[in-house]
Amino acid sequence: MSQPATDAEIRQGLAEILEEIADVDPANATDDKSFTDDLEVDSLSMVEVVMAAQDRFGVEIPDEDVQQLKTVGDAVSYISKRQK
Amino acid sequence: MNSHHECVVVTGLGATTPLGGDVASTWDGLLAGRCGVRALETQWAQELPVKIAASLAQEPTEKIKPVQARRMDRCTQVAIVAAREAWADAGTPEIDPERLAVAVGSGFAGVLTVLSQEHIRRTDGYKRVSPLSVPMLMPNGPAAMVGLDLGARAGAHTTVSACASGAESLSLGLDIIRAGRADMVLVGGAEACIHPLVLSGFSQMRALSTRNDEPQRASRPFDKARDGFVLAEGAGAIVLERADHAQARGVRIYAALAGAGVTSDAHDVVQPHPQGAGAARAITAALRAAGLDRRDVTHVNAHATSTPAGDAPEAEAIRAAIGDHAVVTAPKGSLGHLLGAAGTVEAIATVLAIYHGVIPPTINLEELDERVRLDIATKPREATIQAAVNDSFGFGGHNVAVAFTAV
Repeated sequence: MSQPATDAEIRQGLAEILEEIADVDPANATDDKSFTDDLEVDSLSMVEVVMAAQDRFGVEIPDEDVQQLKTVGDAVSYISKRQK
Repeated sequence: MNSHHECVVVTGLGATTPLGGDVASTWDGLLAGRCGVRALETQWAQELPVKIAASLAQEPTEKIKPVQARRMDRCTQVAIVAAREAWADAGTPEIDPERLAVAVGSGFAGVLTVLSQEHIRRTDGYKRVSPLSVPMLMPNGPAAMVGLDLGARAGAHTTVSACASGAESLSLGLDIIRAGRADMVLVGGAEACIHPLVLSGFSQMRALSTRNDEPQRASRPFDKARDGFVLAEGAGAIVLERADHAQARGVRIYAALAGAGVTSDAHDVVQPHPQGAGAARAITAALRAAGLDRRDVTHVNAHATSTPAGDAPEAEAIRAAIGDHAVVTAPKGSLGHLLGAAGTVEAIATVLAIYHGVIPPTINLEELDERVRLDIATKPREATIQAAVNDSFGFGGHNVAVAFTAV
């Protein structure tokens, strides 16, 4: 990726991934939402979301780090940092 | 009435086939003598000796939300489409989930997922393999997902007996209701495996028709010039219900599932017994279970796949177990061979023949094989049918016959 994505672009990209994989309404995919508790993303879907996010933003997200990504906001700031 | 002879009836039908995306269009196609066999346009087919198949008339993804469809193998998708139609046709019953079971069979189930995920693993590495690949490829996948979709909690069973799988689900569903384990069972068969590996395997057995330049004439059950079956994809689903349960709901009853017979040849893994002995025993067992005399049976929906080896022994089995008075039809001329779904889709045709009083034609039958000494319908035949038999056989020597009666 030539230009790192902005936080807004990452947020929108995640919302699109969550809609495709887990039927999450994009309007609901805000920073404060927990993937499991609020958005009901099950564990297999979470693996898929991570795979799709790695592709889309060109970052590696190791399993041990996935545990730390509780909310959409956690994922946005993690991806944002890893890009640089 | 003794619970072992509990009357079990058919209250819902669902299907998606090469003739149409539902039961009505499939039935209309059968009656009209239409054929669902087409030329395969894909590049890989050009390298195979077989370049024809009976692919679905309507893609299952037209009826399943994308977020659900992407979690299902194509075989599970077609099972879900048929099951939802059957359940709606039965009136979307209010039922205690612990009194509802499902039994859905398949010959290959998630083979397309196995092949596509292995391709991904080889090209891109294990990290690209889908975390959903195991639930998508497992043979119980269609039954599990149908059970989940309907909320069935009295068991989700998978019958696997190759091309008799769909028929065996009817036998199992009947047993479950008669054993008192459920009031309703949604039974079915599903198959979606039109892939170069599957076509190559059947082709290497010399089991498939190579009438590539005439796809519409390739599947020709009982015809002297038959040269193999045509691979098809699709699914069927049937709602079985205890008769008093159906009567209490006040719903339409299509027919009764009066009995089933299941036998195994123990003769050869793929060749049928030359006189169809196992097939005849299955038909006789179904009649005995149903309390029917062979003379009561006036219609037979035959398995007849259009292979040189299979059709003649089946005809002898029908003659031996029933006689030559029954009007026989072989829907695979129109449908191709739905493998694990064949038994269910053809049972639906049998039920509708009783219900509507008309037997759909066997197409492409131009010159009858002289070993087939039966009355085969080659045009739609009106008939009042009190009892009909549908038989199905699978590689492995599996024989299943089911007997339906008018209500």
